[in-house]
Amino acid sequence: MSNTKESLFSPKNVKLLTAPLGRENPITVQVLGICSALAVTVKLQPAFVMAVSVMAVLAVGNVLISLLRKTIAPRIRIIVQLVIIAALVILVDQVLKAFVYDISKQLSVFVGLIITNCILMGRFEAFSMSNKPWPSFLDGIGNSAGYGIILIVVAFFRELLGSGTVWGYHVIPQFMYDIGYKNNGLMILPPMALIVVGIIIWVQRSKDKELIEE
Amino acid sequence: MFSNRYIYTYASVMVIIVAAVLSTASQVLKPFQDSNIKNEKFQGILSAAEVKVTRAEASEAYKKYIIEELAIDSEGNVVSRYADGKLVEGDIRPFDIVLKDELRLKQDAKAGKARREPVWPLYIMNHDGVKQYIIPLHGVGLWGPVWGNIAFNSDFNTVAGSSFDHKSETPGLGAEINTPWFQEEFKGKQIFDQNGNFVSITVVKGGVSNSSINPLHGVDAISGGTITSNGVSEMLANCLENYVPFIKKNLTSHE
Repeated sequence: MSNTKESLFSPKNVKLLTAPLGRENPITVQVLGICSALAVTVKLQPAFVMAVSVMAVLAVGNVLISLLRKTIAPRIRIIVQLVIIAALVILVDQVLKAFVYDISKQLSVFVGLIITNCILMGRFEAFSMSNKPWPSFLDGIGNSAGYGIILIVVAFFRELLGSGTVWGYHVIPQFMYDIGYKNNGLMILPPMALIVVGIIIWVQRSKDKELIEE
Repeated sequence: MFSNRYIYTYASVMVIIVAAVLSTASQVLKPFQDSNIKNEKFQGILSAAEVKVTRAEASEAYKKYIIEELAIDSEGNVVSRYADGKLVEGDIRPFDIVLKDELRLKQDAKAGKARREPVWPLYIMNHDGVKQYIIPLHGVGLWGPVWGNIAFNSDFNTVAGSSFDHKSETPGLGAEINTPWFQEEFKGKQIFDQNGNFVSITVVKGGVSNSSINPLHGVDAISGGTITSNGVSEMLANCLENYVPFIKKNLTSHE
């Protein structure tokens, strides 16, 4: 047990924040949370709100679990984790319904399904049950950012190619349509999200040889 | 290390705390959520008559345009009337009628087990001096509910405009019902034939021009969205027919 005070942003802590963005990305490397990544990435706006919602739930949940970790009996730890996730998700859902109603309608059931997002339980079990609140907080932010960044990249391409817009604004100029350019309807459908995620994984692995399994 | 008593106490306390937090949040946020839902309904009604407003403006615009709300029973009698911000007749504001429940009552009535008579809401609009009637719609699509509003000119026969929306129809196919090109199709269509019989408006698979349906009473369906299109047809027939007795009464009294 070392009692020396660690600085808030020591290299070890910073790594908690950055690793999930690259080599330990929850979606492209651990392949968790794929279901929602396919469903809410038709447009950038809902994808962004989804990313922020997951961030709120994961960061706060990680801190709560970390604070409670010494009081949680191992026999009921899963159910305690579930109750905390469920409560936070319901809160997020209620807040979205009250203040960003249109987006909450687009996200519909997928906000509720954050409860079943494997990233959350995964981080609770693997990290915050055995770490202090601050590192847990960073871990939560890092992992949800890793999740969110993939969501946003996928949504950017799907919205651009599928609807010709970015964040709801038309970016493909009219003359492109006049000379025969068409929005790709396939981009709007969930299978295309899987393919885009697949391409991202491919790009990442061909750049980072360490990720390639034997 | 942890006794059973500890575990039970821990779980109970946790659940009580969580319940308290959630119910407080729900109470605090409810007014905001309700006003969103209400404004969306205002917006839907107005957009059928081609008054485009944002959700924030909807409440004001609704007050300005909608001069009267009626609730009508299946014989065409007016059972309640709401105008100038107050209930003039009857005991329920027509705007607060939940169409879905009334349609279920209608179905129950057919099976002979209705608890009460269904009533149908009707909105009367003063659209820059022109009287228009707006009827709310509710039905089922492929994956979930579809709904909308349809506006009629003062003859209560010719469609002035429509708006549809859906919960979870297929993007690019059935989901197209909430796009302008589909809704535009309804403009100018009629729900009564020359003899005054109710025929509704049918969404025709394969296109109206290739079918035996009079183009006055049909619109083109969405390719690949057949079940949603049929859902819209059924919704129109099922919802509009409830107003036929009222329209007949109303028109003869005009003559």
